[in-house]
Amino acid sequence: MKGIKIVVLAKQVPDTRNVGPDAMKADGTVNRSVLPAIFNPEDLNALEQALRIRDQYEGSTVTVLTMGPGRAAEIIREGLYRGADDGVLLTDRAFAGSDTLATSYALTLAIRRLEPDLVLGGRQAIDGDTAQVGPQIAEKLGWPQVTYAEEMHFENDRLVVRRRLERGVETVSAPLPLVVTVNGTAPACRYRNARLVMKYKYARTDTELQAENADYIAGSRPLVRITEWGTEAVGADTEQLGLSGSPTKVKEIDNVILQSKEAKQLTASDRDIEALVRELLESHTIG
Amino acid sequence: MNNLFVFCELDEGKPVDVSLELLTKGRSLANTLGCNLEAVVLGSGIEGIEKELFPYGTDVVHLADDPVLEHYRTMPYTSVITGLLRQEQPQIALMGATTTGRDLGPRVSSALHSGLTADCTGLEIGDHYVKKTDTTYKNLLYQIRPAFGGNIIATIINPDHRPQMATVREGVMKKEIVNRNYRGELKKINVSDFIKPEDLAVEIIERHMEARRVDIKSAQIIVSGGYGMGSRENFNMLYELAAVLGGEVAASRAAVDAGFAGHERQVGQTGVTVRPKLYIACGISGQIQHTAGMSQSGKIIAINNDAMAPINSMADYVINGDVAEIIPKLIKHYKANAR
Repeated sequence: MKGIKIVVLAKQVPDTRNVGPDAMKADGTVNRSVLPAIFNPEDLNALEQALRIRDQYEGSTVTVLTMGPGRAAEIIREGLYRGADDGVLLTDRAFAGSDTLATSYALTLAIRRLEPDLVLGGRQAIDGDTAQVGPQIAEKLGWPQVTYAEEMHFENDRLVVRRRLERGVETVSAPLPLVVTVNGTAPACRYRNARLVMKYKYARTDTELQAENADYIAGSRPLVRITEWGTEAVGADTEQLGLSGSPTKVKEIDNVILQSKEAKQLTASDRDIEALVRELLESHTIG
Repeated sequence: MNNLFVFCELDEGKPVDVSLELLTKGRSLANTLGCNLEAVVLGSGIEGIEKELFPYGTDVVHLADDPVLEHYRTMPYTSVITGLLRQEQPQIALMGATTTGRDLGPRVSSALHSGLTADCTGLEIGDHYVKKTDTTYKNLLYQIRPAFGGNIIATIINPDHRPQMATVREGVMKKEIVNRNYRGELKKINVSDFIKPEDLAVEIIERHMEARRVDIKSAQIIVSGGYGMGSRENFNMLYELAAVLGGEVAASRAAVDAGFAGHERQVGQTGVTVRPKLYIACGISGQIQHTAGMSQSGKIIAINNDAMAPINSMADYVINGDVAEIIPKLIKHYKANAR
């Protein structure tokens, strides 16, 4: 089989699983700035699947595509350290505030420019848990999709994928081009490779180079460039991006107030128990 | 026109619970809006299925019955539903946040360019005022959902795009028959109007479905019992509380060893590690072996009659007293206060 051109969709997300005491502000709301920014876990599962296919079929390539602020170049480097061939950072102020549909529009344009055979991404990102962007991209590309993948291999020219569903497994076969979203139950991603870390340690976007005295780095280190695309590079209609291009709007945000662990002592009286139930309902813990 | 649509998912020819829950919710929203409740159901050899949907107050059942729809596949289902929604122009479209609904929903929303909110925990009708343009949007669907790992609750609206789409997890809404004799109208969908040959590109090779397994790991609310529950029979009230709150029942190792619950429900070092929003520990002392598996719970309520139980030191609320007295009170006050 000929080489397969793979794009891995990755997102840099706040590590919502580690909301510790220091992540709380005095008013009980989450202090996002102290949460570490990580490679979305299931996107790593997707990267591993991509690398396995790349390693098996000569001439295949793996490109990590991410949309986010300049800082998101960090996860492209992380992808390179683990074996990706290159990366594209889709970044522009016009993207800020995009909902899943506007995000899928921007990513679709970038994918069209990359012309892959196969797009792999995590099932969902831990900051939104929506699982929408993959299918929304597939629809815009007019390609089939396979979600919840946990194992995949080629049989002739078709990708055979085992999907993990609520109550069991389903195996499907799909032609390329194709969008696949990968479940957390798929094999974990390989670790960073020391040789690749050395090679890509100074991989930078143009913006990063400008910010950190490019001449010095270019003169003294092997330099790899991370591609950076804005709205113009992908031909995006800015009307369809950002807050104004997003059909869904946030009307209201309520913080779930997390308290320090000092137990409230209650009795079995109706008064105490009703007060507890009301408190839990008000804080959206139940109901 | 501009009615409320619910996608009814089938499992072995039967409507799944979440779809019936959404019909129930949809009925009450449709009453508020003064519109019809319509269901869409796809499958093969499913004649007569409408009779199971009418009692929930369904005014119209759109039925697509065709061999290519026997098992869920993304593209043919998307084409039929997208085609139908384009034709019928509903204001709201709801589906279950099942593996099917979460595969189908975003695909349909992308095709129709309408907003979709995943995993809503609340749906309400309300207005929205935009100061900048001095416009009031009447009767929008408020889509309420936790976000950011459950640390915030967001209310989402879609002011300008239709249908307003949302998915809801099973067990979040309650299921209720309005009237056993409720009669709606059946409308058959001509499948060949919507499905294109390329929609059949993905083939199912094999399906292997298991009986529904207990999944305490993904439960947002866990009602857990320990040795202090005293017997397997006493665990029944935990099941009752869990059902009311939309949670799952778990157990400590001591309770599992004593035969009060199965091993698949065991939380702790030798069981499952859980991180629910709320963990209610009933008659559990709180040995490290147990707390290792639940210490990262959002909120912990400890119910026991031992003031010195280690679990009390990690709890947010300690209710001192008899579990058999307290659990029914929790159920009673929840029912009285929940919306």
